[in-house]
Amino acid sequence: MSEDGKAARPVDNSRKARARREFLRSAALTVGVVSIALAGLVPVARGTTARLRPPGALKDLLDEQQFLASCIKCGQCVQVCPVNAIRLADLDDGAGIGVPYIEARAQACDFSCDGLQCVLACPTGALTHELNYPADVRMGFARLARPETCLAVQGRGFKGLARGPAFNGRLRYQEIDRWTPIAVAEHPYDLALCDLCVRQCPIEIRITECVDKEIKRAEARALGRLDRVAEQHGNECPPQHAIELRPLDRGDGVMRMSPVVLDGCVGCGVCEMICPVQEAAIVVDIDQVTNWG
Amino acid sequence: MKYLIESLSQVFGNAPRRIPKHEQPEELKAIYQGKVGALNKADLEAAREEHHGVFFQKWKRRRWLTLLAVNLLFLLSYKFDVQLLEGAMTASRFIGFHFADLNSALQVMLAFKHVVLNLVIGTITVFVMWLLLGGRTFCSWVCPYHLLAEWAESLHLWLAGRNLVRDRSFNRKTRSVFYVIFALLALATGYTVFETISPTGILSRALIYGPGVALIWVGVLLLFEIFVSRRAWCRYVCPIGVTYGIVGALSPLRVSYNAEACHHEGDCRKICEVPHVLDMTIRNRAHDINQDVTSDCTRCGMCVDICPTGSLNFTIKWLDRFS
Repeated sequence: MSEDGKAARPVDNSRKARARREFLRSAALTVGVVSIALAGLVPVARGTTARLRPPGALKDLLDEQQFLASCIKCGQCVQVCPVNAIRLADLDDGAGIGVPYIEARAQACDFSCDGLQCVLACPTGALTHELNYPADVRMGFARLARPETCLAVQGRGFKGLARGPAFNGRLRYQEIDRWTPIAVAEHPYDLALCDLCVRQCPIEIRITECVDKEIKRAEARALGRLDRVAEQHGNECPPQHAIELRPLDRGDGVMRMSPVVLDGCVGCGVCEMICPVQEAAIVVDIDQVTNWG
Repeated sequence: MKYLIESLSQVFGNAPRRIPKHEQPEELKAIYQGKVGALNKADLEAAREEHHGVFFQKWKRRRWLTLLAVNLLFLLSYKFDVQLLEGAMTASRFIGFHFADLNSALQVMLAFKHVVLNLVIGTITVFVMWLLLGGRTFCSWVCPYHLLAEWAESLHLWLAGRNLVRDRSFNRKTRSVFYVIFALLALATGYTVFETISPTGILSRALIYGPGVALIWVGVLLLFEIFVSRRAWCRYVCPIGVTYGIVGALSPLRVSYNAEACHHEGDCRKICEVPHVLDMTIRNRAHDINQDVTSDCTRCGMCVDICPTGSLNFTIKWLDRFS
């Protein structure tokens, strides 16, 4: 009964009235579901979903539209990564749900698969096949964000586990196991001057390898035979250095060095991951890539 | 051709076509006339009783096992690195061969406006597979959301039986509207808008790569189906079902109806996810003595299981031509 004493209107159950109610319900359902789906565009439009993406991601710095559109959200890239660097975004990324990204500080891409397996696994070309070697990758660009906390800048060494015993991240240490990455927590360091960001840089490691191979190759040539291994791998040597330590003189007699990011940096994030200070002194920016090549 | 047109019409939300009585074959009319009062309530109960034997729900059991096996294969393949079935429901490699869910592939193609060869291969492979296996067979035999929705449906029916909830139906054409809207949105915005809310993709990824907040959305959908509208997502929203319904219209694998054995008691329509496809089981509605169920049918086999008189059966069209 309503307030003015009149009887409540009886529910009209005629076929026409029922059809009308069903139509209104259906319209409400359509508007509701489409609105919820469209809400997924909000985080994308606000640009809060831009992240460090796996090698070859079809994107232009912070503009990820092509990448989000072409990704079929299947996670095959996740499955092939030997260090489990790749994760899939959740619903808070809206339309970017299920799209792969890398949390460099927790687990960077160290190219220990050698062949860019995630690129090869991608069924839609969201990770474009147009690159062949780690040096071709343009994920981002490293930056010494907090030089004052950097151990090398302070002239300090580093002894112990880079990220402590509880850290889950892994890296491939070629001198220990050529094929299988191991936990960073199982690999203590003892360095007179901290150079972890340079020492563990996959591009720098590869360049050193190439130099070694070139020396071996020259020796083999001098002996009148060709080193086949060196021949095969000759073409994947990174053409540019990615990072180096340069002396820093503050006139206080302390032997200081500063990491300097160079044109060969691909933004893989290993320096950010391995940096032993609490908040990484060196980080990877995604709004920049090398303008070399 | 008639089957194709009627299938597409029902997939897009039209009511089953009814034919005037004079178009019905004489033999069918004779069957209808002969059966008036032929089966009383006791006879029907006896038939049902007899039917509830050892093999009752055999298709349901096979289907649930298949659905769980496929989804677990994704999970185990990844966890134990056996590389049998890599990826998720949206796209995968089965022993190295590319597979791409047709609707996910369509969304990507519309949003990206560019197609790489691997996606073409995966899409064609899956198209041919479901062409042979019945189209919406994907829904009931593979889709992880379908299984949860079936359990939610049981709960809904239990509550409805006690008058605690009431099923509010929607217009079936709503799903076609969604299909067009999501296609246009992918095309216009350049983002795979539907994937954001697809419980199929969300559940498949959650199972393989671990749960996330997206599961809350799946929970909301299930609650809606339990308390508001029976099987609402599959019936009125999901464009994946429309895509596979179109493929299934060309498929030889169907459920076939035989009017002679039917007693029109309607057990099949009560358990069916898409009861409009079983319109011919209503007395005087069949078009022919033998008539195939249209492709909006998910080939779940529940009607085949429940029919006490064997009037509904799986069939493979044109197979007899090869025997």
